[in-house]
Amino acid sequence: MATIELSGICHRYPGTPDFALQPTDVTCEDGQTYALLGPSGCGKTTLLGTISGLLRPAAGRVLFDGRDVTQLETRQRNVAQVFQFPVVYDTMSVYDNLAFPLRNRWLAPQDVDERVRAIAVLLDLDTDLKRRARGLPADAKQRVALGRGLVREDVAAVLLDEPLTAVDPKTKWELRSKLREVHAELAPTLIYVTHDQNEALTVADRVFVMNAGRIVQEGTPQELFEHPAHTFVARFIGSPGMNIVACELAGASVRVAGRAFSLNERAAALGARGSAELGVRPELARLGEQAVPDSHAARVVRVEDFGRHRIVTVDLGGERFAVKVADGLLPREGTSLWLSLPAEHIRLFANGEALR
Amino acid sequence: MTRVVIEGLSRTVDGRMHLEEIDLCLEPGSFTVLLGATNAGKTSLLRVIAGLDAPTSGSVRLEDAGGEPVVPPRDALAMVYQEFVNYPSLTVFENIAAPLRARGQYKKDELERRVRAAAERFELDGLLERLPAELSGGQQQRTALARAMIKEADVVLLDEPLANLDYKLREGLRNEIAATFDRQSTTVVYASTDPVEALWFGHRTAVLHEGRLLQQGEARAVYDAPADECVARAVSDPPMNVWTAHSSEGDELAVLAGLVLPCPTHLSGLSTGAVRLGLRAHRLRLEPRDVFDVSIPSELELAEVTGSETTLHVRNGSTRFLGQVEGVHRIERATPLDLFFDPADLFAFDAGGGLLAAPHSRGDD
Amino acid sequence: MSPHAKPRNERAWFLVLPVCVLVAFNALIPLMTVVNYSVQDIVSPDQRVFVGWEWFKSVLRDPELHAAFGRQVLFSVVVLAIELPLGLSVALCLPRGPGGSTWQASLCTVLIAMPLLVPWNVVGTIWQVFARTDIGLGGAVLTKLGVDYNYALDPVHAWGTVVVMDVWHWTPLVVLLCYAGLRAIPETYYGAAAVDGASRWAVFRYIELPRLSGVLTIGVLLRFMDSFVIYTEPFVLTGGGPGSSTTFLSQHLSTLAVGQFDLGRASAFSLIYFLPILIVCYVFYTLMTREERS
Repeated sequence: MATIELSGICHRYPGTPDFALQPTDVTCEDGQTYALLGPSGCGKTTLLGTISGLLRPAAGRVLFDGRDVTQLETRQRNVAQVFQFPVVYDTMSVYDNLAFPLRNRWLAPQDVDERVRAIAVLLDLDTDLKRRARGLPADAKQRVALGRGLVREDVAAVLLDEPLTAVDPKTKWELRSKLREVHAELAPTLIYVTHDQNEALTVADRVFVMNAGRIVQEGTPQELFEHPAHTFVARFIGSPGMNIVACELAGASVRVAGRAFSLNERAAALGARGSAELGVRPELARLGEQAVPDSHAARVVRVEDFGRHRIVTVDLGGERFAVKVADGLLPREGTSLWLSLPAEHIRLFANGEALR
Repeated sequence: MTRVVIEGLSRTVDGRMHLEEIDLCLEPGSFTVLLGATNAGKTSLLRVIAGLDAPTSGSVRLEDAGGEPVVPPRDALAMVYQEFVNYPSLTVFENIAAPLRARGQYKKDELERRVRAAAERFELDGLLERLPAELSGGQQQRTALARAMIKEADVVLLDEPLANLDYKLREGLRNEIAATFDRQSTTVVYASTDPVEALWFGHRTAVLHEGRLLQQGEARAVYDAPADECVARAVSDPPMNVWTAHSSEGDELAVLAGLVLPCPTHLSGLSTGAVRLGLRAHRLRLEPRDVFDVSIPSELELAEVTGSETTLHVRNGSTRFLGQVEGVHRIERATPLDLFFDPADLFAFDAGGGLLAAPHSRGDD
Repeated sequence: MSPHAKPRNERAWFLVLPVCVLVAFNALIPLMTVVNYSVQDIVSPDQRVFVGWEWFKSVLRDPELHAAFGRQVLFSVVVLAIELPLGLSVALCLPRGPGGSTWQASLCTVLIAMPLLVPWNVVGTIWQVFARTDIGLGGAVLTKLGVDYNYALDPVHAWGTVVVMDVWHWTPLVVLLCYAGLRAIPETYYGAAAVDGASRWAVFRYIELPRLSGVLTIGVLLRFMDSFVIYTEPFVLTGGGPGSSTTFLSQHLSTLAVGQFDLGRASAFSLIYFLPILIVCYVFYTLMTREERS
């Protein structure tokens, strides 16, 4: 296992004017799990390709434990990769599939056997070892593909490119759980590419959120959810995403459509003034039937029922807020409710970037 | 204004029952969500309604408001599939225009106006000259939806149209589907595996399981009082936890390993003996809310982030169940957890799975 | 009255009717005619005698036929053994640009497909000229190299020439089939193989060959059937000679039917001829569908 460092990596596909990947620096520490998260076309698969060597970057260096591997072929890099659609060698048995990467590197047969059996037990494939890989269901095939990656002890990193796409939604959590279990056991450096927020936040210790060829934020899932560094992240993480509305900063308070809300000490200490954007998560904004200090009347424009909660959209002088409401409150459209924004949950942005 | 009347409908393929004795009446202008797991028979039913497959017995009738049959039925129908089905060699414009061209209904100007209006509604304005292969998944499905809309069919069948999209795209497209098909006097049947969609569209729902229709009614009513365990699982996301318990004269309930709780008032009528207790995942909490909460000692298997919530896959002894808590939490595997819930939130089912008692709905109080 | 009571209505039969008529005229009626002839001795248009299995017995005892059958089987085997590996090898060498076709690939495909566009009798004529020792490029070069080459006299040379001609004519079909099969293999498989450290041979053995098994089966089937009924090209090139060294089954049959106007024997022969093809097709078909099911 290795620490993987990318410095100044960028890439442009031939015949396209724009960089698919802007110059980027990334460090993945040994034995951690990372996710590259972003909408399609954001450059995450390109970034993964430069690590695996399936793609040669236009500029920049790729270092594995400080060793420059930029010019090395995939075969020489010692990385393992699991692809979007499960790749198994159809005609081989599960055993031979798992043994394949080891045999290609001329390991002694008894070592091969030992490693294959250990990995098969870990991935619950031990009873299927003699079966032909072709007949397996999609999630088992993907476990075989994962096993081929993990079977090598010398592997620098295990790269996963949207590995759950082809897996039945009902069994996805099992594979995610397996992945965390495997990681707890073997501690490989895992790099997981996905466009699915849930998957990234579930699987990874740290997440790189990417958009338009660059990394907009790196952080733990909780940091991304609670302290987005960019309005893109604020909207992208969470369902529904964070409310972002225009506001006017005035030192210790913030005005939205002319209504003042107080800020907490940390935000007030910034002393910022002028136009900015205010963000608040739907689950952290409050709606009530009674006025409380620091609350303003807002008109209910929409009520959506999700069973376990409702999302109420209110209009405050032209700015809209979605608020998640648990049991007990059943607002009618067109009525007024009192909206308050707890000071500790207000996030401020200017030009898309978080004010800190 | 078309009514779809399904009577005693069964369909068997190679000796396997795909649909069994289904009776369902879809009123003109209604929006019905067919809810069920994969292979529950949703697609089979839609295909029979569309006339693509023949029923083995029973019938499907399309009637107008006066009860007269609609002829020919196929012109009155539009269908959108889970896979993004478009004509690969036609541009987005021609794809949307296809149903109108097939009928030769409008002059050039009128046709163009209608196509552009449909494209605008589904945010395809700038993409009219592209081919389907040059579109993202979301845009391809928008094209298919625009084509279904332009046909102005009386009956629109939507077979999990959002299943292959990720949730951010789903949020947007769901709004557009509601806006498009709600305001028309269209009879809509929307198949889905996601109970949230049934509630969100907020009209009627019909729950299918293994080819049988288990329950139908107002979505919220089905959610609040599911007829049996099967329906309860299908209309809860994540699926409802159901545990075997022992009731002692309606005083105490013994559930899970070593957990005995006082019987909540709505379950006081239970007789002594075995009972199945159901609890929705979001009713479990990491902190007690008040003195009525009881705790389940458990161990975490996986904390899975779902939107703005975290789903906890936990285990108590050998029983696995799910909890769902607000916010994004990072909890390591194999961490011991105490989860809390209020017994007033429990559902009770009899040994056969039928509903005995449901908690009081919190939605309307 | 339900509009859906009969979605598969009677009208569908009318749509199939033309095909039924076509098949009847195309296959059934000629086949029945042949069956009719094979059990009768037609002495004159008005005088027919039912002879039962006699023609079949006589044909099966015919040593000429045995020899032609042996030659036919040998020819098909040789041709398959050359064309499949050769076609596959050529297909593997063709450029396969990632994510789509390049102009080089298109050009190669067109060039390779050329022999397929040449009519069969023209192929025979081309090779007849090509193999001539006086003015033919191939024949002249061989003579210059000191080979005493003459396909018109030497049975081995005649055989070699017919085989090479068939290889020239039909290998492109195998190439195109294999090339299409190779192009259908997702790029991901090659990526996975690179990650697993697979050698070029391993990539071929474990990815390309299994993924090509379908098209290869079709290739074997097509080439077997075509080579087993080969007629025009050797007829034009060698006329079945020297002696009867390149007389294959179909030519033997046509000599019987047209040359000697021995309709009863020829019909019995046709039906017997039909059998091996039917059996081989059936076997391959079951193999192929079983592959698909698993």
